[in-house]
This record gives sequence, C-alpha cells and structure tokens, in this order.
Amino acid sequence: MKTIADLLHEHPFFRGLAESDLQFLASCGENCVYHKGDYLARENSPANHFFLIRSGRVAVETFVPNRGPLCLLTLHGGDIFGWSWLFPPYISAFDARALEDVRSLRLGGECLRNKCEQEPKLGFELMKRFARIATERLQSARIQLLDIYGPDHQGHPA
Amino acid sequence: MIPTVYRVSERSVEYPGTFTLKLEVGNPEPDKLPMRFAPGQFNMLYAFGVGESAISFSGLGSGDGKLIHTIRAQGNVTRALERLRAGDSLGVRGPFGIGWPLHATVGKEVLILAGGLGLAPLRPVIYAGLLERLAATRVRLFYGARRPSELLYREELSQWGQKLDLEISVDHGDGTWPGHIGVITDPLKAAQIDGANSVAFLCGPEIMMRFCIQVLLSKGVPPNSIYLSMERNMKCAIGLCGHCQWGPNFICKDGPVFCYEDIRPWLQIRSL
Repeated sequence: MKTIADLLHEHPFFRGLAESDLQFLASCGENCVYHKGDYLARENSPANHFFLIRSGRVAVETFVPNRGPLCLLTLHGGDIFGWSWLFPPYISAFDARALEDVRSLRLGGECLRNKCEQEPKLGFELMKRFARIATERLQSARIQLLDIYGPDHQGHPA
Repeated sequence: MIPTVYRVSERSVEYPGTFTLKLEVGNPEPDKLPMRFAPGQFNMLYAFGVGESAISFSGLGSGDGKLIHTIRAQGNVTRALERLRAGDSLGVRGPFGIGWPLHATVGKEVLILAGGLGLAPLRPVIYAGLLERLAATRVRLFYGARRPSELLYREELSQWGQKLDLEISVDHGDGTWPGHIGVITDPLKAAQIDGANSVAFLCGPEIMMRFCIQVLLSKGVPPNSIYLSMERNMKCAIGLCGHCQWGPNFICKDGPVFCYEDIRPWLQIRSL
C-alpha cells in the first residue's frame, strides 16, 4: 500500500524534493478518484485544493452563455491543476472537469500555505515549481492566441 | 521548363477550403516515364490563364504516374485550382527542390512535427515509415491543428495511430475530442525523447516551427538533426527569379527542406 508521501514522490511535480519535505507535505494530501463528468473545481467557487493528476484527462473549461463549456486546455497524468489557492481571494478561475476516470492527489490549499510559511525554504522551492508551470501555461496560451494555423500564418497566398 | 498537361483524376475535400487532387498525365505517351520525385519536393501547378503555385507532393509515387497534391485555397491560383474537377486539365512542372533527408533516419527515432497544412509535405515520409522504407528505430508524429474539423487525412490518421506513435493536438476543441487541447508544444514537452538519437522533420507555420525547435533543442536534439521545410513566394522554381531568396539561399533550389544548423542565422533575422 503506497503512502501519500510515496505518491507525491512519484509525481513529476515533486521530483527531486527531499524525502523529509515530502513527508512534511504528505499530511496535506489525500488520494482522490473522480469519475467521468465529475468536477475537480468549479469557476467562482472557493479554491481550496491543489491537484496532482496521476492518470486520466481533465478539461480546463469556462462556460460561455449560449455556447456551453469551452475547453481551453486538457491536462493529463503528470500535470497539475490549480493555483488559485495560492492567492486571495482563493477563488477558482475555471472549471476543471474529468473527461474520463481521473486518479489524483488532492492537497489542501490552506494546509500547503501554512507549511510554506513554516518552512520558507521549502515554500520557495514549491513557488519556483509553480512559477515554471504557470510560465509554461502562459506561453502556451499566448501561442494559442496567435492562431498559428490560421490563414495569416500559412505562408504566401498564391 | 514547359509544363506537362495533367488531368485531375480524383478530387477530395479535406475540409472547406482545403482539398487534395490526384493527377495523371493528360495525354500519355508510350515512352513517357512516370515522374520520379522525393518526399519533400514540390511541383509548380499551373492553373491555365491564372498562374502557377508551388505545391509539395503529399503522396508517394505509386508507379502509376499519378501525383497527389494537397492544396489550401488562399490566393488567385490556388482558388483556381480549387475550381478544378475530375477530368479538368492543368499544367505541371517539376519535381523541384531538395526533399527530406530520409538517409538521416537510419538507426534513429524519427520525430515528425506537422502543423496545419504542414502535414501534407510530411505524409510521404509517414508513408515511407509505415512501409518500413525508413531504417528508423521508431516513428513518432506530433500533429497540431486549429480544431478537429481542420485535421487533414482524418481517416488515415486513425489508421496511422495503430502503427506509429501519434500525438494530435488542437488549439480549440470540446469534451468530445479525445486528444489534447492546447498547443503542439505541450505534448512535445511531455514526451520522453532520446534527443541524441533522434532526428526531427518539421513542417508548418514558421512560428510553430520556431517554438517546436526550442523544445527539441531543450530535449537534446542536435541542431544538425533538425530539418524543416521552409516556405516563401516561389515563382520560377529554378533559382532564377529571386522571389524566394532567403539569405544566401533560394528556397526553391536550395530547399524547401533545410537543416536547422545551416539556416539558424537566417531564421533569427526578422523580415527576411
């Protein structure tokens, strides 16, 4: 039977973190399974958790009136979801919906914040990891905005 | 340099505005050999009375002399080509240019990175991989498109997925789309790649290729193992008119396929 610390250790997000730090963080975590269609997070709802996706696909969505849910990004095993728990007012900006059965580790946001306050060195290490992923997501969003496959980027009309 | 008259034998629509023509020689002559070409080369297709357009081969030479070209209707010539139907005639000059270096795939993992219409010039490489004509250890296709309805060769894609590693990514999709939603660089970043033993072939919008090259380099793929198909305004196809001059190169004659190591300086010059 794997412990939460073992599962944290297996996830790419925590790769290279000291065993003692993982043990320290493990008390914030729980193992969660979401079935297809379940929501891990809802837009405008309290953002209490940070998710490490172990397997399955998650759609990051927003709801557009008269159009329905609009998927911005899909996340997969090895990805993470959620950083709204980091900053006041701790409200989710998007929906996160399971597209298939999803196994994840769910860490309590308040618990994590407290751990980071207690151990600033660990806190900084985690912030660096969040910042890297946030930066990658921002870059990806910008590339999506460019509409690179659209006619404006397809070379010379002939 | 005089165009040969070909006839459209088949026409299929990939999605609105993008279509594939299968061409055969209009008036077969007993001693006329089928056109021999290499994957990555292109023909100049001549819509009579309108003009010519450089279009890459999107199929393998099947020995029957038929040529396959996938075209997006974007300008006057390609819109005129779009109006052609089975039985209609057009002029063909070619083949031109330097194609994909299939010899570089020997003993390597082949990463095929296609964006949008860029899958068309890479399809002959995929066919070569499926037919085991490449002495590669593995063939992987990363294909990015705007949305699921704008994927090329959709029926073939599902078949390819059974035989090679396939990652399809669309910028916009809904919950019914089973692949990745997001940019093509995401699955490329997530992939386990043995950079030193890989060779990458890229074709797509230049901006997409630039972003993909950054990821490939970060994964240890050497600059001399990255090849890309460039596009510029090609008119004569034989390096005389200068329309496609790019730094010291003519895309039509020295390309369209280039090794990244050789063209890196020119990619970094804006407005070139």
